Amino acid sequence: MLTYTLRRIAFAIPTLLIIAAAIFFLLELAPGDPMASVPLTVPSEVKEQMRQALGLGEPAPVRFMLWLRQFFWIEPLNVVDALFGTTFAEGELRIISWQNRAPVFLQIAERIPQTLWVVGTSYVVAILIAMPIGIYSAYRQYSLFDQAGTFITMVGFSVPPFFSGVLVIIIFSVQLGWFPTIYDTRHVVNDWSSFWVQVRQMILPVMVLALQITSQLSRFMRASVLDNLNQDYVRTARAKGLVERRVILVHVLRNSLLPVVTVIALYVPAIFSGAIITEQIFKVNGIGQLLITALQANDWPMVQTLSFIFAVLIVLFNLIADVLYGLLDPRIRYD
Amino acid sequence: MTDPLANMPLRQEVKSMRPERVRSQWWDIWAQFRTHKGALVGLGFLVFITLFVTLGPLLWDVDPGKLNPRNKDFRPYYTILWDADAKVGWQHPLGSDNLGRDIMANLMAGGRVSLAVGWTAMLLAILIGTVIGVLAGYFRAIDGLLMRFTDLVLSLPLLPLLLVMMLLFRDSLRAAFGPENGIFILIVVAIGVTSWMQTARIVRGDVLALKEREFVLAARSIGTPARRIIRRHVLPNVLSPIMVSATLGLAAAIITESALSFLGLGFPSDFPTWGKILFDSTDRMTSFPERVIWPGLAISLTVLAVNYIGDGLRDALDPAYAVNSGAIAGRTGPPPP
Repeated sequence: MLTYTLRRIAFAIPTLLIIAAAIFFLLELAPGDPMASVPLTVPSEVKEQMRQALGLGEPAPVRFMLWLRQFFWIEPLNVVDALFGTTFAEGELRIISWQNRAPVFLQIAERIPQTLWVVGTSYVVAILIAMPIGIYSAYRQYSLFDQAGTFITMVGFSVPPFFSGVLVIIIFSVQLGWFPTIYDTRHVVNDWSSFWVQVRQMILPVMVLALQITSQLSRFMRASVLDNLNQDYVRTARAKGLVERRVILVHVLRNSLLPVVTVIALYVPAIFSGAIITEQIFKVNGIGQLLITALQANDWPMVQTLSFIFAVLIVLFNLIADVLYGLLDPRIRYD
Repeated sequence: MTDPLANMPLRQEVKSMRPERVRSQWWDIWAQFRTHKGALVGLGFLVFITLFVTLGPLLWDVDPGKLNPRNKDFRPYYTILWDADAKVGWQHPLGSDNLGRDIMANLMAGGRVSLAVGWTAMLLAILIGTVIGVLAGYFRAIDGLLMRFTDLVLSLPLLPLLLVMMLLFRDSLRAAFGPENGIFILIVVAIGVTSWMQTARIVRGDVLALKEREFVLAARSIGTPARRIIRRHVLPNVLSPIMVSATLGLAAAIITESALSFLGLGFPSDFPTWGKILFDSTDRMTSFPERVIWPGLAISLTVLAVNYIGDGLRDALDPAYAVNSGAIAGRTGPPPP
């Protein structure tokens, strides 16, 4: 298992390098100029100096290497500095956003909590709802509950988030007036009433994201339980007189969770990029919105870094899913 | 050596007997497909919405782009059921927008674009996926390379990259092919090259299994060239997974196009698609909810219909799978955008 994990990590590194290069050289084709917003009265020599200061004087391959060094070496050093008060990264050029000349990672660090709150809550909510639905639908296959559940999950992943989001705003904020339409990220939770305000403003975005994930997960859960219900060990468990509740909730559930756990890991990066749209609808200023505004402002260092972070998430959670599957299921042996 | 003429009558006899005794494979699939109620309803809806967007403009002969400031902000006609004072009129049965453009004509025009983008992008993705899957499955020498490439593309952050592609190549393609065709080509190619991976994986798996079967061995042993084995023996047998992933691809392509339009990176603003109409109407959805509900419903119902058709097709094409009609296989499709 360890050798397998090491081999996978060794394979992940060139993958990530190639992805970084692909994003970088795709963005090289972009027409945007970081000096476009500088006033015309600034002499061209000064502009050239500003360009040099942003690290733009070098040819593209050299700048790619510089970016890699900044991403993998200087930015972690900055984290160390911030944590322990050291000065390892002093004087080193960080990845600078072209929009506001601030380090990209500072802005990402500002935005990440909002995204994590919304995405994380909706994932937990979705898992908690999807599991029981999946199990019960499979247990009572073709019952009314199963048919309704299958239909609702089908609707759940057919309705795109940009419609379900708008729809819940119309129903719950405009018509009923229960929840706010906009997620206020500057809201500070310090007592029960402000906590309640936070809960109310999180309900709609969480509902929209959770609807999609619940639909996917409960279908997987149902299929996985169905696969296990016909197995011999279930018959054995029933034959030796186990209570039905124990057969399902202990024997079947534990076995059918194996594939579902990996699916849960695999979907984590997907909901991060899915959150791009949901954040746009509810005006959550998370990293998805940061990406969209950076794209509109031709801020390529920001786009490059954010896209690469998404890629890292995908590769990382693929790895986690595979390793987890091997760890949980002793029948799977990779080496 | 047998005399070729001696065989003739026998062959003709067999041929003439065929239609009565052996039902074609497609007829069997259709018979099985018909038993899936959801799939039938889905097919019906897809036909209806296709007719609505293609033949609809012949019946409802209104220019979707025609401005009419006097007739702006009409509500749909059914609004008078609960609000007698609503501004309605038969010249705009589903209402008109803030520039007086007819909503129904826009829904038809937008649906035509959305469906056209969906179908072409899906066909492109299926084509790329099938070619890569068959090549990887059939020729062991390039299998590793092609599958590593597929894994690599699967690890790309697709939605951010799609947005970047839209932004980068929009102007050059617009200059080369005109504003509408340029964006159409760009969206179709961008969706196509980012959604072929699942098809490639499924096709490769099936081809790997097929390659070991006796009929392929027999074909190879009489010296059939690889090209013809693939065309005559392999491709017809991987048709069913291809068709199933085609339906999934169609649904995904429609959603992706609408998502791009919704994020403001799709077609130009005066060119309606369902996602674009939805996006343009969100600012005033408190006073005019119908303007987001109709295009949103059109997208959702079309995708729902296509997904049901996919379910029905899978059950019909793979009877072993229909037994417990689970979702494990195939449904790992692209992440929800």
